[in-house]
Amino acid sequence: MKIGEQEVRYVAGLANLSLSGAEIARMAHDLDEILTHIDKLNELDTSAVEPMAQVLYEAGETATLREDVTGASFDNETALANAPLAGAGQFKVPKIIER
Amino acid sequence: MDVHTLTIASIRAGLASRQFTAAEVCEAALRLAEAENSKTNAYLRLCPERAMETARKVDATITAGEDPGPLAGVPVAVKDVITTRGITTTCGSKMLERWVPPYDATAVERLEAAGGLVIGKTNCDEFAMGSSNENSAFGPVRNPVALDRVPGGSSGGSAAVVAQGTATVSLGSDTGGSIRQPGSFCGVVGVTPTYGRVSRYGLVAFASSLDHIGPFARNVGDAATLLETIAGRDPKDSTSAFAPVAGYTEAMKQDARGMRIGLPTEYFKGLANDTGDQLAKGVDLLKSIGCEIVDISLPHTEYAIACYYIICTAEASSNLARYDGVRYTFRSERAQTMAEMYQLTRGEGFGAEVKRRIMLGTHVLSSGYYDAYYLKAQKVRALIARDFAQAFEKVDALVAPVSPFPAFKLGEKIDDPLAMYLSDIYTITGSLAGIPCMSVPCGTTSDSLPVGMQILTRHFDEPGMFRLAAAFERAGGFTV
Repeated sequence: MKIGEQEVRYVAGLANLSLSGAEIARMAHDLDEILTHIDKLNELDTSAVEPMAQVLYEAGETATLREDVTGASFDNETALANAPLAGAGQFKVPKIIER
Repeated sequence: MDVHTLTIASIRAGLASRQFTAAEVCEAALRLAEAENSKTNAYLRLCPERAMETARKVDATITAGEDPGPLAGVPVAVKDVITTRGITTTCGSKMLERWVPPYDATAVERLEAAGGLVIGKTNCDEFAMGSSNENSAFGPVRNPVALDRVPGGSSGGSAAVVAQGTATVSLGSDTGGSIRQPGSFCGVVGVTPTYGRVSRYGLVAFASSLDHIGPFARNVGDAATLLETIAGRDPKDSTSAFAPVAGYTEAMKQDARGMRIGLPTEYFKGLANDTGDQLAKGVDLLKSIGCEIVDISLPHTEYAIACYYIICTAEASSNLARYDGVRYTFRSERAQTMAEMYQLTRGEGFGAEVKRRIMLGTHVLSSGYYDAYYLKAQKVRALIARDFAQAFEKVDALVAPVSPFPAFKLGEKIDDPLAMYLSDIYTITGSLAGIPCMSVPCGTTSDSLPVGMQILTRHFDEPGMFRLAAAFERAGGFTV
């Protein structure tokens, strides 16, 4: 077995994801099946292969870096328009530090 | 005017000859979409005000005797993972049910500047994760060709509206096949351009090294025109390519005589069904129009699924971390503490498939597993890309199936995630390599279900891809 319910709970904690008991059982089963398939990659010797972090192609010199100049941006109201809870021009969240 | 058979060219001609106005096209398309949508659930919402505003501008431009743009008066539907300013963009998720983005995606901005009418937002798998469009929080989409079947995914809605004729063209997004597979299931053209060819600005991120925006259309020319309009460098997406955009519609004029076409043997093994038979007919047709057909091997094909589902889930787990209950409309009402706000918001806001991918991605990136999974997958991705590079030393294009089978019935595969993942085998490889690929209709099965043929070419050789696709279309390939 590649992964059990205990590890699923640990990973869910890392992902800040609350899962019900039924979801945990199902998740353990599904992830185990997928991870077993993924084991297939071990058939390949990749010790001499460079990892591919992005799509690479032949290309001329580019100007990806630009001057660091300030442009237009959203005003405060627009930026907060989708906040579940906002006030005084800020995003509001539950209290973090108890006095 | 028959809205559901309009093409970009026929709209242009009709506007030029004053046969109809853009406003009339817009109204007719909206009316048809409204009437048809209960059958398919393909639109999540229509945008009549915005579309009519653009239509009136187009008509004013024409009245003034000026050029209204290459997409003037063309009804375009946009997948709901692509942002539209002031119009709710849900990504098919409960998490974003009420999210109204304050900006337009670059692709939307460009198509609208060219006179295109954004008539509605289309349903899709939640955050573009799925192969059947059954993972939408707002109900599945039905395939207009056969209403008891799925339209494919994740861009199922965008494929369905074009097949149905309620939009002339549409935008979808493709991470591992999400344009080509629904294109093939619904019998329309679907194009995944070279990675970086179209700006991802405003495409809600799923797997950033694999995400693409691309067009759906009922013919090759319309897809080429839409892609020409939205492609090109965008300073707002640092991964967008600087390479100049070639004339795709121009490339279509050339015949396919003398093109060397490779058939990847790994893709045709075990394709002993109607899909295989249709592909064989398609290949025969290519031969008859002067293409040279050779067998090619892409030896690392069998590792693509494992490689892809590590990379895409790892990137997704990171990209979807932003849905934390602070900025994006939804926060769990049960949350009392900060930790609960994160956990309950995500637990309640995400659906099963999104949770599964966040979990897999978090696991493969977690301490102690990085080398075994993510790094390994990046190395295998390099091998898959090398397979293609070597093939393109010998051939101009590859021709392959899109999906091992045609559209399946709703509910048929939803309980077996691994089987669903495995069905993406023919489309994932091209996505990993970042090369342009498209699906064109290639007749139907004995049950009258559409079959798609995939064409893949070198990075930035969209002209070669459109040249071959157009020659195939002219020779009658769509109904072979």
